[in-house]
Parts: sequence; C-alpha cells; structure tokens
Amino acid sequence: MADSSYESPSEYIGHHLSNNEVHLDFLGGGSFMTLHLDSFVMAVLLGIFSMGLIWLVARKASAGVPTKTQAFVELIFSFIDNQVGNIFHGNRHSFVAPAALTVFIWVLMMNAMDFLPIDIMAKFYGMLGLYEWKAVPTSDVNTTFGLALGVWFLMIYFGIKVKGMGGWLHEIFCAPFGSSVWVWPANFLFNLIEYVSKPLSHSLRLFGNMYAGEVIFLLLGLWAATGVSGIIFGSILGAGWAIFHILIVVLQAYIFMMLTVVYLSMAHEGH
Amino acid sequence: MNINFTMIAQAIAFAILIWFTVKFVWPPLLNAIEKRQKEIADGLAAAQEGKLSLEVAAKKNAETLNEVKQKGAEIVGQAEKRAAEIVEQAKNVAKDEGDRIIASAKSEIDQEVNRAKEELRGQISTLAIQGAEKILDKEIDKKTHADMLTKLAKDL
Repeated sequence: MADSSYESPSEYIGHHLSNNEVHLDFLGGGSFMTLHLDSFVMAVLLGIFSMGLIWLVARKASAGVPTKTQAFVELIFSFIDNQVGNIFHGNRHSFVAPAALTVFIWVLMMNAMDFLPIDIMAKFYGMLGLYEWKAVPTSDVNTTFGLALGVWFLMIYFGIKVKGMGGWLHEIFCAPFGSSVWVWPANFLFNLIEYVSKPLSHSLRLFGNMYAGEVIFLLLGLWAATGVSGIIFGSILGAGWAIFHILIVVLQAYIFMMLTVVYLSMAHEGH
Repeated sequence: MNINFTMIAQAIAFAILIWFTVKFVWPPLLNAIEKRQKEIADGLAAAQEGKLSLEVAAKKNAETLNEVKQKGAEIVGQAEKRAAEIVEQAKNVAKDEGDRIIASAKSEIDQEVNRAKEELRGQISTLAIQGAEKILDKEIDKKTHADMLTKLAKDL
C-alpha cells in the first residue's frame, strides 16, 4: 500500500526504515549526538507499560489463591525462573533472574510492535504529526546494541565482583591457554575477541531478525500496491509472514534473554 | 542505521528498568510464590501426618476394643462362676436349713409322741385302777398300791 506521495519504492522503504532523529545540540552536536526519538520513546513507553503492569500485579501478590492475572504473571515468572535456574548456579534471585525477566518482557514487547501494520500506523503517527516514526525499537541497531552494551557492562562488573580485580585480570591473561607468560598475548587476544564478539552477536542477531522482518513486510506492502493480484498475494503472504513472525518475535526475545543469562553466568563462573 | 546517542539512552533506560525489576517486581512475586509453595508443602505434610495419626488411632482403637472384649468376656466368665457358686452355696444353705428344720420337727414330733404316750399311760393306769375298783368293788388303798400301779403304768 504505497502512498501516492512516494516517488519510488526505495523512497517508500527508506522512509519506513528511517528513524525520527533529534540532534542533541546541547551535548555538542555531531552525528553521534543524535537521538532516535521514536526508538527511545517507544522503548521507554513499552518498558513502563509492561513492567508497570507486572509491578501492579506483583505489588498485591498474595500467597493464597491467586487471581487470574496473578496466575498469568506467575506463569511468566516461573518460566523465567526455571530457565535461569537451569543455567545460572548461584543466588539468581538477587539479580540475574529479575534481569532476565526484564530483558525477556521488554524485548518481547518491543519486538511485538512489529505486528502493527506499518502503513496504517504510519497514517496514525502522521495524524499525530510524527512523519518519521519507526514503532519497532528492536529494529534499530542502537536499541539492541544499547541492551547488549548494558549486559556487557554487567558481565564485566560481575566478573570483577565475583573473582576480584586480580582474578578477573588473571583470567583475561591466563585463560584459556594457560598461565605461561608466552601465551599471555594469545590469551589476551582471545579474550578481547570474546568480549567484542559477545555484544556484537548478541545485539546484531536480534536487530537482524527484526529489521529483516520489517523489510519483508515493506516488500509485501510494495507488492500489494501493484494491482489486484498484488493485493491478494500481498495480503495472504503478509498474513502468513505475520503469523510466522509471532514465532520469531517470541523466539528472538527468548534467545536474547538466554544469551544474557548465559553471559552473566559465564561472568560468575569463569573458565 | 548509524550508531549514535540512542544506544546510550537505551542502555540507561535498560539499567533503570532492570533496577526497577530487581527492586520492586521480583521480590514480591518470589515471596508470594515461595510462601504459597511452603504453605502447600506444609499442608501436604500435615495431611500425611493426619493420615498417619488416624492410622495409629484406628490401630489403638482396635487394640482397646479387643482388650475390652477380652476383659468383658473374663468378667462375664467370673460372674457366671460366681453365680454358680452363689447358687451352690444357697442350695447348701437351703439344704442344711431344711435338714435342720426336718430334724427339729422330728424331735418335736418324738417329744409330742412321748408326751402323748406318757399321758396315755397315766390315763390308762387311772382307768385300770377305776376298772379294778369297780371290779373289786372296794376301795383300793391307793397308798399301798401306788408303787405297783406306777410300775404297771410304766410297763404299758
């Protein structure tokens, strides 16, 4: 359903995939000091909405017979708790499990924004005066990388907290090949690559999936603009892709959470 | 698709959200669930205990019942024995009493008979003397014949 105002398909796709940029001149400006307002606002709103809902239930959680809402929240809770308990062997309740719950719910909600029909939502945002508004925060690499970066810092923090600064440095230089001085460079290089690749693979996996999902929706939307057959096939395939996307949305949120837990438990346990 | 400040903003939002969950969302849920789990476990344990104590009580009941039955039977047996004894005793007493009564009656009868005999003897001796007086028509000296008459009366 390409709008008549688009000159070419590439403009249509480009428009739908570009973020609402706000230049932060008070921070010095430049290309880095830019905020994707749509990603940030949607992420924060979804975070407040989802975790706030759970908080409302948790606040009044009773040990007696639970209400249906509480039972639902407890279902999610136990699911996360079990998953984390399988991987992380320590006191998971103090940090890792709640962090995993946050990651799972938040990423799931952000991914789920992909279900909103892009062109209809674009009209809606247009009515609000938002002409460039990407509703899926996780299809913005900044969001996924921001999350991965958060996990990365937690990883380093727990690595130092559990093993001590000395232990952590020892691990960086002496694992995995041994503590001989001759293999220190190799060890260091190895760990460096590990520390770089972890957040990259962590964030780009989610970003790639969500971005690709959006692109396919856009392509199907383009097809639907070409005529009657395009509308029929575009709709059917769009529906099919949306159904398949339910799996991807949940699966990617789950993978992101599991990787978070795995990285954090690796930081706790060491080599 | 360029890396910019959004990343840092999202990381901060992420950190705040995690802090919020760690602080306010997870603990009450964990508490509620663990408390319920404990309550359920306690309930199951109590039920098990109740079942066990019920079994023990039933066993004890059966034992007590048995004991009571045995005791009852014993008491009944003793009572029967005692009753038999009492009956026997009563019989003996009654028999003795009867014998005694019979003996005293017999002795009374004997006495009565003796007394009657005595009397009869006396009367007979008187009659005999009167008859003899009539036959002899003369006064018999009672004093002189008294010894003979008494002897006669005795022989009767």
